[in-house]
Amino acid sequence: MAEKEIVVPAIKDGTVIDHIPSRVTLKIMKLVDPQEFEHAITLGLNLFSKKIGKKGVIKMSDKFLTEDEIEKIAVLAPLATVNIIKNYEIIKKTHVHPPKLIEKTVKCPNPNCITNMEKITTKFHVEQEEPIKLKCHYCERSMTKDDIVLN
Amino acid sequence: MTGGFKGRDIISIADLSKEDILKILDASKSMEDNPDPNLMKGKILATLFFEPSTRTRLSFTSAMEKMGGQVLGFDSDSVSSAAKGETVWDNAKMIEQYADVIVQRHKVEGAARVAAEAAKVPVINAGDGANQHPTQTLLDLYTIKKEKGKIDGLNIGFVGDLKYGRTVHSLSMALSMFNSKQYFIAPDTLQMPDSYIENLEKHNISFVIGKDLLKYAKDLDIIYMTRIQKERFPDPVEYNKLKGIYQIDKSFLKHTKPDVRILHPLPRVDEIKTDLDDTENAAYFRQAGNGIPVRQAIIALVTGMI
Repeated sequence: MAEKEIVVPAIKDGTVIDHIPSRVTLKIMKLVDPQEFEHAITLGLNLFSKKIGKKGVIKMSDKFLTEDEIEKIAVLAPLATVNIIKNYEIIKKTHVHPPKLIEKTVKCPNPNCITNMEKITTKFHVEQEEPIKLKCHYCERSMTKDDIVLN
Repeated sequence: MTGGFKGRDIISIADLSKEDILKILDASKSMEDNPDPNLMKGKILATLFFEPSTRTRLSFTSAMEKMGGQVLGFDSDSVSSAAKGETVWDNAKMIEQYADVIVQRHKVEGAARVAAEAAKVPVINAGDGANQHPTQTLLDLYTIKKEKGKIDGLNIGFVGDLKYGRTVHSLSMALSMFNSKQYFIAPDTLQMPDSYIENLEKHNISFVIGKDLLKYAKDLDIIYMTRIQKERFPDPVEYNKLKGIYQIDKSFLKHTKPDVRILHPLPRVDEIKTDLDDTENAAYFRQAGNGIPVRQAIIALVTGMI
């Protein structure tokens, strides 16, 4: 634990997203715009994890995620944990889980899907959690983790 | 989803259970055996064809009119309000005021699901881009059942363009609910997409992947031929190389079971020679005719008239 704190410094209040596969860490990072975000963000990449091999960690001071944001994390990193920190203590630890139906947070990769032509809220059925597989409710195209683009 | 059909939309084969499919096939048989020219009297079917499709539209029109119902609609997006920028959603909300049931074809995938969510009246998908065309699949199943007396226990071969052929994908999915063996005969570049093969594995359905039609011909009870579509090939040289590889004619029957049945969603180009047409084995025109009782059954079921 002490070693981990040296690699990615602790925060007083905010959110720590842990156990993110390294390759999607920067995608999840984009949930906040670092140019606009006023508080400190600490990013760790390629950290050792017994659970997932190489992992990423994102610590965001004074940021508490919305349900939509947690859903996006669940889609990109179904094994991630979201820790809420108050006064250096973890007060809530959430193992994210993609819901059975993902609404609006994901974009359909099929350019000929109606959701890319008209103003329709996207909907995806989660066919498989890990590795994640989603099926568009409208065009019925399946997609795997590499095709996932967030809205 | 299983149960009553009244008010249901028919958008995708994936929405239908085996029980649903059997119910539609049984109702189709009743329509064929005991036609009722007044069943849909006073009812209106709207045919919204944002993309032209002569056979499907005429088949739905004929199905409805043979039951005493009326049909209104359009057959090109240039004459519809889509040309003025109206959305699929708004269009369906408007048409529900005019009709008891909607049939829609659209080049955009997912357009049928959107129309179904918008409209209070049932929506039947007559094709949404490369996605689904469930009434074609149901008439294919009806044809197999009628020609062979059963669907289970058959060896069913798909031949030609299996990569892009929407009818092949849907029929393979539907057949995965039955205990038939599926053969996919195509060049590597036009083979069945992995997701459909995974679906068969999930359902423990036996299948064979190969290239040589003559090698498998003697095992097959049904041969489902498809057209190799020129527009699918960016390279015309590649198209010319592949277009003629699965042409069959009357002499092909020497290699098959005597009671094999040949199906084709039509239109054909040159993959089935006309000398086969007058054989009992050629079931493709009967298959097109089966569109009438199957579509009658679907219209009558979703409107609650049977």
